[in-house]
Amino acid sequence: MSQHAGTERLDSGLAHAGVRSYVSGFAISILFTIAAYLMVTDRVLPTGPLIAVILVVALAQFGTQLYCFLHLGTESRPRWKLLMFIAMAIIVLILVLGSLWIMRNLDSRMTTPQQEQYMNSQGGI
Amino acid sequence: MTVAGIFGRLTWSNLFPSVLVTQTAVVSMGLGLVAVVALVTYLRRWRWLWNEWLTTVDPKRIGVMYIIVAVLMLVRGGVDVILMRGQQVTSVGAAAGVVPTSTFQQLFSAHGTIMIFFVAMGLMFGIINLVVPLQIGARDVAFPFLNATSFWLFCSGMVLINASLGVGEFSTAGWLAYPPLSELQYSPGVGVDYWIWSLQIAGIGSLLSGINFFVTILRMRCRGMTLMRMPLFSWSVLCSMFLVMFAFPVLTVTLTLLFLDRAVGAHFFTAAAGGDMMMYVNLIWAWGHPEVYILVLPGFGIFSEVVATYSRKPLFGYVSMVLALAAITLLSFTVWVHHFFTMGAGADVNAFFGIMTMIIAIPTGVKIFNWLATMYRGRIHFSAPMYFFMGFIFLFTIGGVAGVMLAMPAIDYQLHNSLFLVAHFHTMIVSGVVFGDFAGLIYWLPKIIGFKMDDRLLKYSAWCWIVGFVLAFGPLYLLGFMGATRRTSHYASDTGWQPLFAVAGLGVVIIAVGVAIMLLQLLLSVQRRKQNRDTTGDPWNGRTLEWSIPSPAPVYNFAVLPVVEGRDAFWAAKQRGDASGAAAVRYVDILLPANTPAGLAIGMLAFVVGFALIWQMYWATPLAILAIIVVLAIRTTATDDSERVITAAEVEGIERSRARADLA
Amino acid sequence: MSVQAARAVQHLDHEVEADDRAVFGFWVYLMTDCVLFASLFATYAVLHKNTAGCPSGHQLFDMPYVLAETMALLTSSFTCGLGMLAARDGRRNAVVAWFTATFALGLTFLTLELAEFHHLATTGAGWSRSGFLSAYFTLVGTHGVHITIGLIWMVVMISRVLGPGLTRGNVRRLTLLSIFWHFLDLVWIFIFTIVYLMGSARV
Repeated sequence: MSQHAGTERLDSGLAHAGVRSYVSGFAISILFTIAAYLMVTDRVLPTGPLIAVILVVALAQFGTQLYCFLHLGTESRPRWKLLMFIAMAIIVLILVLGSLWIMRNLDSRMTTPQQEQYMNSQGGI
Repeated sequence: MTVAGIFGRLTWSNLFPSVLVTQTAVVSMGLGLVAVVALVTYLRRWRWLWNEWLTTVDPKRIGVMYIIVAVLMLVRGGVDVILMRGQQVTSVGAAAGVVPTSTFQQLFSAHGTIMIFFVAMGLMFGIINLVVPLQIGARDVAFPFLNATSFWLFCSGMVLINASLGVGEFSTAGWLAYPPLSELQYSPGVGVDYWIWSLQIAGIGSLLSGINFFVTILRMRCRGMTLMRMPLFSWSVLCSMFLVMFAFPVLTVTLTLLFLDRAVGAHFFTAAAGGDMMMYVNLIWAWGHPEVYILVLPGFGIFSEVVATYSRKPLFGYVSMVLALAAITLLSFTVWVHHFFTMGAGADVNAFFGIMTMIIAIPTGVKIFNWLATMYRGRIHFSAPMYFFMGFIFLFTIGGVAGVMLAMPAIDYQLHNSLFLVAHFHTMIVSGVVFGDFAGLIYWLPKIIGFKMDDRLLKYSAWCWIVGFVLAFGPLYLLGFMGATRRTSHYASDTGWQPLFAVAGLGVVIIAVGVAIMLLQLLLSVQRRKQNRDTTGDPWNGRTLEWSIPSPAPVYNFAVLPVVEGRDAFWAAKQRGDASGAAAVRYVDILLPANTPAGLAIGMLAFVVGFALIWQMYWATPLAILAIIVVLAIRTTATDDSERVITAAEVEGIERSRARADLA
Repeated sequence: MSVQAARAVQHLDHEVEADDRAVFGFWVYLMTDCVLFASLFATYAVLHKNTAGCPSGHQLFDMPYVLAETMALLTSSFTCGLGMLAARDGRRNAVVAWFTATFALGLTFLTLELAEFHHLATTGAGWSRSGFLSAYFTLVGTHGVHITIGLIWMVVMISRVLGPGLTRGNVRRLTLLSIFWHFLDLVWIFIFTIVYLMGSARV
């Protein structure tokens, strides 16, 4: 049995990949990295939009490397690797966004120094 | 390096517990260990123990070992309970109680930790190891060496937590060790560190098992067994392992962060320098809630199998049962705040999670109705597992309704951390997880050990468990309403709580009798095993593939891998008169993985890592980690020829020598 | 078919299935590692403003230095990919060359990172100064621990390929290693963006 057929079962993405996949992935990633870097160091946007843009760029580079280096999405059906990735992404979103929402909420309800000072001035709790 | 440096902060004074109950515990454990060693030596079984058990990669053997450890820990956790209940009955007003307060705090911390991590997880993984490969028509799990390593890591955590009895002390911060109590300032001793490392090591074992069984179920089902033809128990394990995989990393991180706070002075959860202790509570429950579903889903799966078999009917609503499992799995990641409604989040956060918590009760309700519908118009055999099932239906429904009450933040503000909460979660875990696992053990052990157990004694035991549970926890619901908080070691006599605690104490005694009956019947069954032999491999007229092979199950499980054409494949085959499979069986050589001591070695080295970090013998930690890396490197070199062959002739010999349906 | 031939076919099928399972199982493990990193990111996100009077990210991070680190790791991911193509095609010397290059670049990354940590720790911005710094060191440090494990693994694999060569087992292990290495660069994208870039952007 040829080596090719062996690696086909091993990693179906790898079997059909070419140098082009890696070179283009590498080049695009460099572009994204430098673009995001320059946007921040040269401060081309105000903070809020800047952060949104570099997050989008990060996700774009993430997707590029997932496809070009890890060949995600190129496997034949059933696409278990892709499914597991999506499941992980959903759970990560729930955990991270959920935690941020909860902790922000708790933080906003903490007593501020001014409130504490006022309470003390009125004779304590 | 001084002598003191070699031993870190371990000194002679840490070795001699000062409290009577602790001394008794240490002496009993020591004597027990000596007795086991003496017995094995007397019977000259060291080589057998090494070859057949300590180096095995056979999931059936590993499953038995998990169960043995879990049962031992059940006894340990149960003794903790008896002491706790004893304290709460006697420590009223002027009376001092049976244990000092610091011991009581270690007792409730150890009780919860042991029951969840070592009893419930142990029984669960034990049954999964025994049954899943058989149910899906496979010969093994996906990663046998990893499976063995997981067990030895679990064992390592177990040894650590028991070591805390004799060497040092255990945590007094409850089974979840909230900061700031668990931070260095308020818990300067080794107790919390024991808690952290015991769970960290066992937790890694669980995570690896989660991956292992998830891949096993997805990739190693026999031909024809699509996911929608798979037995419900295997579905429940698939869902549970999904939860294990995605929840346990959060625990790993949280324990690490707490340890960093304690060991290097980090400020994750401290009050000073920018820590946020509420983040600990958030993270630990983001793990903790999926954990309880990890435990209960296999219990549900077991009941699905048991009810269908003993009602002589296919499970009602297979598709809706699968969908319910999937729904519970996904939803279990969206409810965790209900464990800390009172921590101070706003109404919007609390309301969202309260609603999600109520929603998750719906698929569970669907399952309950489906089980009852399975029984309806069935030809029911009220065996001991069915007794546990009936107890489950009754108790789980009550506990579940209590849970829906607690899901409402406004009510929870009254009942949080009261004994009402304690009663609720014990009801869920005991009736769902413990009864489920007991039913599973009674149902499936004959397949593994080759003989049935005493149904009559097990029914008495079930009665003791059910009646005992009602007496032990019924009063706690009332006490919760009366304002009794959890973890109280002493209370005033004018509260009027003592009579209720006394009833609860009686309940615990009855449960203890139930446990004793179970252990006794096990000994009797072993003694009478020749009379109780399972002569057909199918003692309960089962429906699924595991009943199609001889009892005890041969090491290779299936001589010929089955091909399946629908659900309840074995039942269908029996209806066709084709139970033994193809008429002309062609035996082939079977390749199985060879035994290895590497799993045991890694477990022992993990114990060293944990112990060294706890006692600050920091020189030992990198050495032990290096040794683990070396073991792994050696192991992966050896993989290329780490298999053994069972020849076709040997297979035929084994098949003919064991009881099978067609030879009966 | 003779018994030997039948046994050989059964063995090969068995092997192919085993390889398939190994890659999938490892992929699944990496998904759990993502959740591990996600928890660390969540902790960082919650604590990143808690500087407790000590320096914040903006004041501590040397951005050109971080860019250099990032480029080293990104390039190593590329060379690793080329190494895997060589392994697929059975070119043993190319495999050794590309993975050695990967190792060198990875070691460069790790050295730069450790130097950065050392500098921070010795100038008073250590692990135990503030919640922010605890979270920073743990998140980036955990990534560094993974890199270290990858480097050790790489040394072992390079020596295996030099020795027994590109056997089926070695190609399988190289596949797992390369997936691991690519994954570490993916995580770094987020560390670079969320920790360094966002830390710099928030004055």
